[in-house]
Amino acid sequence: MNHRIAAIASNTFREAVRDRVLYNLIGFAVLMAGASILVGQISIDIEKLVVINLGLTAVSLFGVIIAIFIGIGLVSKEIDKRTLYTVLSRPVQRWEFILGKFFGLAGTLAVNTVCMAAGVFLSLLYVAHHLVKNDVSILVALYFIVLQFLMVTALTLLFSSFSSPLLSALFAFALFVMGSFSADLHLLAGMTKGLNRWLIMAAAYIVPNFSALNVISSVAHGESVAGRLILANSAYALFYSAMVLCGAVLIFERRNLK
Amino acid sequence: MKPSRSVTLVAGFLLAVCFTVSASMVHLVDRLYPRAAIDDVLYLKAPQLKWMCLGYTGLLADIYWTRAVQYYGSRHYLGVPSYDLLAPLLNIATDLDPKLTVGYEYGAAFLSPPPPTGAGQPDQAVALVEKGIRANPDKWRLYRCLGFIHYMDRKDYSAAAQAFLRGSKVPNAHPWLDLIAGKLAQKAGDIETARMIWTATFDTAEDSSTRENAAEHLVAIQVAEDVTGLEKIVALYRNQTSRLPGSFGDLAQANMLAGIPLDPYRQPYVLNADGTVVVRRPERFKFLEKGWPKDYAPPITARN
Repeated sequence: MNHRIAAIASNTFREAVRDRVLYNLIGFAVLMAGASILVGQISIDIEKLVVINLGLTAVSLFGVIIAIFIGIGLVSKEIDKRTLYTVLSRPVQRWEFILGKFFGLAGTLAVNTVCMAAGVFLSLLYVAHHLVKNDVSILVALYFIVLQFLMVTALTLLFSSFSSPLLSALFAFALFVMGSFSADLHLLAGMTKGLNRWLIMAAAYIVPNFSALNVISSVAHGESVAGRLILANSAYALFYSAMVLCGAVLIFERRNLK
Repeated sequence: MKPSRSVTLVAGFLLAVCFTVSASMVHLVDRLYPRAAIDDVLYLKAPQLKWMCLGYTGLLADIYWTRAVQYYGSRHYLGVPSYDLLAPLLNIATDLDPKLTVGYEYGAAFLSPPPPTGAGQPDQAVALVEKGIRANPDKWRLYRCLGFIHYMDRKDYSAAAQAFLRGSKVPNAHPWLDLIAGKLAQKAGDIETARMIWTATFDTAEDSSTRENAAEHLVAIQVAEDVTGLEKIVALYRNQTSRLPGSFGDLAQANMLAGIPLDPYRQPYVLNADGTVVVRRPERFKFLEKGWPKDYAPPITARN
């Protein structure tokens, strides 16, 4: 990474911390502690299952919400405050600005996820008293969640590069919902014929495939995740994020900032 | 600008008063709604829920399982005889997470036994466990659970033997399943078969509550066997002397007993004037079929 992108990324990270983004960790800690203590008293035999399901779902949802609500303001806020002009008046390219913002927010989310993952494992230790070999799969689920964040961050940046914050949030959230059902879109394409089939198939390939990155339920039951799936999902998320970032750069390069 | 002290005090006071009033209103409104209506309003089917939870089905399944436990527990505790929402709640939980084996095992144990212990819906319990077996064919405990329902609540010994036999063919199944299947095929409803099934449950249960439950059943079987044997001795004494024994001492004097017989909790059995034998402290036993004192009302109990 060149030093200009690194500088913008670290500045984005600092700004997110100043905006008290990491305060969500307090809410997460309360949630996990409450669930660990309460579930054993109100349910039967699912303490560990709940800690994993609730923990990973919360990591995912908290992160997606942060990615959307911080991501939509990454470009528009700089324009509103006119700091973008100061940045771009220096020897910084527009594509470097977009990449810097992307890595800054991705870094914030990664730090957030590491803290939450520690919370999940502490809660797990509290309810199960020890960790077993299969719990390694939880790390894979967390890795998939980070991949999901990369894709959401790239998408919000894309929308932020040409739209208002409100519309960007709406677009990003709509794509998140559609992406959660991308497996259903593939199924639907298989059930239709003719032009509809091609249109639905195209939609299924364009929307992000978040359903493939959701292995929370299986790892909660102690199932392992195949190495090939890890590789395929990693490659998919990286290429998809890169594709969306390219789109954001293309739009932002042509945007009239006057 | 510095905040006014009087405004802070008045606003703080009003906030506390308004919170108290609104909380009591919530309490009042809650009491005005009939419970069943609230349950019905909250009822949604699994496909809608799957769509609404954006693929985070595991967590929602846990919530629905907890809701089923709470529903069963509250009805059982309050003595409400209808469990109309139990099967739908269990089906939603297991539709959302087909691998939730605890939902099939305990869910069937809530559904199957007759009221007041359970919902008295053994056919629904069988359907639930069969669904669990289709989703988890390698879980031998589900076959054990199925055999148990057929044996205990449906009294369909052939179906029970079939279920245990199917379970015995699952890799890593407990060897007891094969033995029970064979025993059921030979002698379905006898006390030895019951003892064998409960011993297997005791040996293979993972959680302490199921193990304690099985132990209670084994105690009840022991009492049934003791009482049957003692009443046979009393009948023999009566045939020989043309009168009933006044106490176990009479039987001991006639060399028919070695001493005062004790129940599994080391308490002496009681011989009634009519020749029947009962336990001295019936409150210590949960599942007795024989040996209750005539005037004793057994409490509502839970099974597995």
